Amino acid sequence: MHSVQITVDQLEATALKVREHIIRMSTDGGCFVGASLSAADLIVYLYSDFLNVNPHNLEDPDRDYLFLSKGHDVPALYGTFAELGLLEKDRLKNHLSLEDHIYWHPNTKIPGIEFHSGSLGHLPSVAIGVAMDIKIRGGNNKVVCIMGDGELNEGTCWEAVLVANAYKLDNLIFVIDRNHFQANMPTEELIPLEPLHDKFTAFGAAVKRIDGHSFEALKEAFSAYPFQPGKLNVVIADTVRGKGLPSIERRADRWFCNFNATEVEELLRELHGEHLTNLTSETLVVR
Amino acid sequence: MTYEELLTETALADERFIVMTAENRALVRNLPAKLGNRFIDTGITEQTMIGAAAGLALRGRIPVVHALASFLTMRAFEFVRTDAGIPNLRLKLSSFIPGFLSDGNGPTHQAVEDISLMRGIPNMTVFAPADEDDLVKMLPQIWAHPNPSYVRINTRKTDHVHAPFELGKAELVSKGEDVTILTYGLLFEQALVAADLLKKEGMSVGLINLRSLKPVDERAIIEATRESKLTVTLEDHFITGGLYTIVAEVLLKHSLTAKVLPIALNEKWFKPSLLPNVLQHEGFTGKQIAEKILGYTVSHRQPEILTPQFSE
Repeated sequence: MHSVQITVDQLEATALKVREHIIRMSTDGGCFVGASLSAADLIVYLYSDFLNVNPHNLEDPDRDYLFLSKGHDVPALYGTFAELGLLEKDRLKNHLSLEDHIYWHPNTKIPGIEFHSGSLGHLPSVAIGVAMDIKIRGGNNKVVCIMGDGELNEGTCWEAVLVANAYKLDNLIFVIDRNHFQANMPTEELIPLEPLHDKFTAFGAAVKRIDGHSFEALKEAFSAYPFQPGKLNVVIADTVRGKGLPSIERRADRWFCNFNATEVEELLRELHGEHLTNLTSETLVVR
Repeated sequence: MTYEELLTETALADERFIVMTAENRALVRNLPAKLGNRFIDTGITEQTMIGAAAGLALRGRIPVVHALASFLTMRAFEFVRTDAGIPNLRLKLSSFIPGFLSDGNGPTHQAVEDISLMRGIPNMTVFAPADEDDLVKMLPQIWAHPNPSYVRINTRKTDHVHAPFELGKAELVSKGEDVTILTYGLLFEQALVAADLLKKEGMSVGLINLRSLKPVDERAIIEATRESKLTVTLEDHFITGGLYTIVAEVLLKHSLTAKVLPIALNEKWFKPSLLPNVLQHEGFTGKQIAEKILGYTVSHRQPEILTPQFSE
């Protein structure tokens, strides 16, 4: 969906709308708001400017693939799908409804979602299988797998890097949403990941580390694909958990949020630069 | 025909087939040269292999994956359940050295709960051939089926010529009024010996090779329990979750009951050694099985299993 050159302004406008969708999904049961907001720009960018995915090619074997491995950031994906015409906007109101399939983790009943997730450390290997098949067939499709930084605690992520390296899967891109938090703790205080760039490089990948909220940086990084022939591509996107809502940014206790209606209205105004929201709903809701 | 010959022939005839292994090449030694990039060895990464197989299946491939039974079913359990079971993807699991076939490896390598684990996954189908002849008769239908499958690979060569396979159907070797032995896998060989010994004692003995454990042949189980005074479930598996459990489930489902003697591993792993020693030590030789059955038919005590000396 990027036949016409898309501008940074257009990307930012889309991302703002996606953030509004995320905030609206964070009530009546709630959702993983913090991770959705950190991944929103990545997901908007990838579908708007990088991936060959559109409402008309979802069954085309030559389309590109995106796998959302950490999964709980799926409100950002729903919002992006709604903005890009893959999902009717009205359906976002069905979040958690038994009448629809829009819930806390991705599932393939939503057109455009390639694989279900929720159990961390699975989709890197599923993405490898797809990338292997594309190599066997001599195709040019790109395969992206978005992983959380907390997800990197799972050993299978690193198994996947070993195998992707062994099979020289330069058609595969692991994008790390490096929001510096795992569920309840800053990563560096629990299971430190740094120096993360060096770790992936040592495992044989071609690595770029960028500001994951800068569309200029995203454009520049992904325009260099494939980063190095025969090497797995890794993009470490430094992001902020809760990005766009200063009242919850970088807050360990605002992982899963179930806001009340008043808070949602205030947060929508906060997103557009107004004063901080006075949050009264329960914190540290652990799912 | 051997397992490897069948796999080679199948994969060469159908481009959808991808042969995968987590560095267990014993069953597929010659396939790298024959299949080129349709042979994928992911190294010692059972979980990644299953995930990658799911990705390949998403693209229309039929991955036949190989690993030691215990690691395929337990190390990678959640990947099998989540990445093959939930989406009902066509992954074909070939498990090497299941049950007693792990010989002297020790309990880490003893897959004696694999049937229980795999049949607990929705969409998964489960099979256990008696020997290589049985295996190659079963596999074409198993591989042609759209669901994921788990097969206890058994490449032992015996003289028995098996009946044609029908998915979900057991092989009725003989009918008996006194006792019917239900079994699967390599213990079929011992069951044949036991049946002969019991017949010499004047008993009317039935023998059924289950083959397909999920879906299971309910009719064969019900008829055996109806027509025989005693039904024996014989398996190299924990007593929990395997054939004994399957028989109990089938009987309950149909509001039936029966006298059933389980011969299985009762809450323990087996003493590691070469297979003939394992069978002898654990009481699973044909002669020992016959002794257990004869002892039971005399005492009618359950679950304690008596093993009197068998007259030779």
